[in-house]
Amino acid sequence: MTGQDAPGGSGPAIDIRSVCKSYTRGQQTVPVLQNVSFHIAKGEFVALMGPSGSGKSTLLNLIAGIDRVDSGSIFVSGADITTLSESELARWRSRSVGFIFQFYNLIPVLTALENVELPLLLTPLSARERRKHAEAALALVGLADRMDHKPSELSGGQQQRTAIARAIVTDPDILVADEPTGDLDRVSAGEILDLMAGLSESLNKTIVMVTHDPRAAQRAHLVRSLEKGLLIDAGNGAEGGNGNADAPLHS
Amino acid sequence: MALLVSYSLRNLLARRMTTVLTAGGMALVVFVFAAALMLAEGLRSTLVQTGTPGNALVLRKGSKSEIESVVERGVASLVETRSEIARDADGSALAASEVVVLINLAKRGTGEASNVMLRGIGQKSLALRPQVRLVSGRMPRFGSSEIVAGEGVARRFKGAGLGEKLRFGMREWTVVGIFDAGATGFNSEIWGDVDQFMNAFRRNAYTLLLVRLVSEDSLGAFRNGVEADPRLKLDVKAEAVFYAEQSEMMAKFLKILGVSLTAIFSIGAMIGAMITMHAAVAGRVGEIGTLRALGFPRRSILTAFVLEALFLGLLGGAVGLLAASGLQLFTISTMNFQTFSELAFGFSLTPGIVILSLAFGTGMGLLGGLIPALRAARIKIVDALRAV
Ligand SMILES: Nc1ncnc2c1ncn2[C@@H]1O[C@H](COP(=O)(O)OP(=O)(O)O)[C@@H](O)[C@H]1O
Ligand SMILES: [Mg+2]
Repeated sequence: MTGQDAPGGSGPAIDIRSVCKSYTRGQQTVPVLQNVSFHIAKGEFVALMGPSGSGKSTLLNLIAGIDRVDSGSIFVSGADITTLSESELARWRSRSVGFIFQFYNLIPVLTALENVELPLLLTPLSARERRKHAEAALALVGLADRMDHKPSELSGGQQQRTAIARAIVTDPDILVADEPTGDLDRVSAGEILDLMAGLSESLNKTIVMVTHDPRAAQRAHLVRSLEKGLLIDAGNGAEGGNGNADAPLHS
Repeated sequence: MALLVSYSLRNLLARRMTTVLTAGGMALVVFVFAAALMLAEGLRSTLVQTGTPGNALVLRKGSKSEIESVVERGVASLVETRSEIARDADGSALAASEVVVLINLAKRGTGEASNVMLRGIGQKSLALRPQVRLVSGRMPRFGSSEIVAGEGVARRFKGAGLGEKLRFGMREWTVVGIFDAGATGFNSEIWGDVDQFMNAFRRNAYTLLLVRLVSEDSLGAFRNGVEADPRLKLDVKAEAVFYAEQSEMMAKFLKILGVSLTAIFSIGAMIGAMITMHAAVAGRVGEIGTLRALGFPRRSILTAFVLEALFLGLLGGAVGLLAASGLQLFTISTMNFQTFSELAFGFSLTPGIVILSLAFGTGMGLLGGLIPALRAARIKIVDALRAV
């Protein structure tokens, strides 16, 4: 598994090898991902597309370390996260992964600033340093003037920007986003995509984004498609379980 | 940690109505719990204070209560000569022969009849009971139909107030004074000249003899001397012990009643707390998933929910205790079925009861919250996130 082919990358940030994942529903086992392999270079901004139920979220969850593979391995920044214990995985997530959700998933009783500060509670930073970092992250997403607002006092776009600030405040290696614009109007969605593209370019963040919005996919450097648990080469739609051929689309 | 605590607190604030209702339920339980303890404590301290250290009671052998006892005049004078009894400056024994009679009086307001204890006192009775203090009027003159009433009686019974008149023993008696005996059983009695009472009720024997001993240590010698004399057929008891025994059954009854009430109530409140916490968990499954995804360990989630339950319990405990502390303003009067007379006593709050009640409240919250909190911490992250 090689291939140092992504723009701006220096090696695979994420390397997925022969991952299988199925869910059991009652008596029957439903295969979701079948022998999926591919890699994402550092600094890459990848869009994962595919029909609903094709396993996009499942794959993203495995990459982000909040779900377990049945077989296969996932290397992130050189380390196999599938071998980590539950608590090691939690610690790894807190340091290495930034989450962006479709419904923002902010804590309603906390202010924007406190929401952004939340992941820093798991670091050894002092209260003052935490606050400084959180303020900086909020300023970066353009919400310096909304720090003390509760999520319910923010628009959808502002909430998602707060969530992005929360995702980057620990300076993680990778950002995962599951339909980050799925619940937003066209203008807000555009702003969020601008922000994410900016993070990838200026901060060299590796971003994996699940979306079924073609406009969102357009902003990514690379598009990968899943269909019935198999990775499809996005360029020509050919089935490619090994996923070695990275085909940039809409560059 | 500070953020976790404030997260828990703010979640309680956010669900204000549920919080108030649940804490209210717990407050009710803590109220009953504290009230039962305060009542038992009030009763205990009343009866302990009724006796004075160094005093001994002499009663007929086998008497469980004052009214059962009879002490003949001659026998009383014989006992008074014993050397274990303290003497006055003039050489007379510090002893009082008393008669106790139960009478029926009508209560103020309802007019309902209830038993009241009459105590015929001697010249030395007052000196032997330092906890009895005149609050208004004067002491009765010996040889007259004058009486004094304990505060509890004066307040609750018709005709027992200062300057009022009572009829009993086929005579009319004038209340010339009101005495306060603190939190003792004497507060529920009427006192008058022992000879007048014996005349009125056609008694020719005393009920008991109260003596002050030379020292508390003389009790053993005094008892041995009196009880050994086969002519006397008397029992000797320390005054404090005797009155405490008088209400043993009553105190036990109150405690059992209080504890069983509390047990029933607290099961209900615990279920209420559990339902609330379950609802709190169900409504925040998505939040839990988010926190776990961000890297918070199960322990933190557990802590946050347990904290929430603890706060809830503490709030309930504090409110219940506050309400219960208001009970100190009230006096309970009830029939002591060991003496068949009315006994008035208050609710008494001690630091021990405060601590116990708060601990009970938080313990209830903890128990109610633990199962839902454990459940919250166990949910798989991907499943939890689907609930957003
Ligand atoms: N926790 C789960 N339990 C059972 N089935 C699941 C679970 N998560 C996903 N699935 C199933 O796996 C398939 C893929 O789901 P998902 O990865 O969410 O698809 P997508 O995000 O592409 O729409 C679907 O058929 C879904 O019903
Ligand atoms: Mg999905």
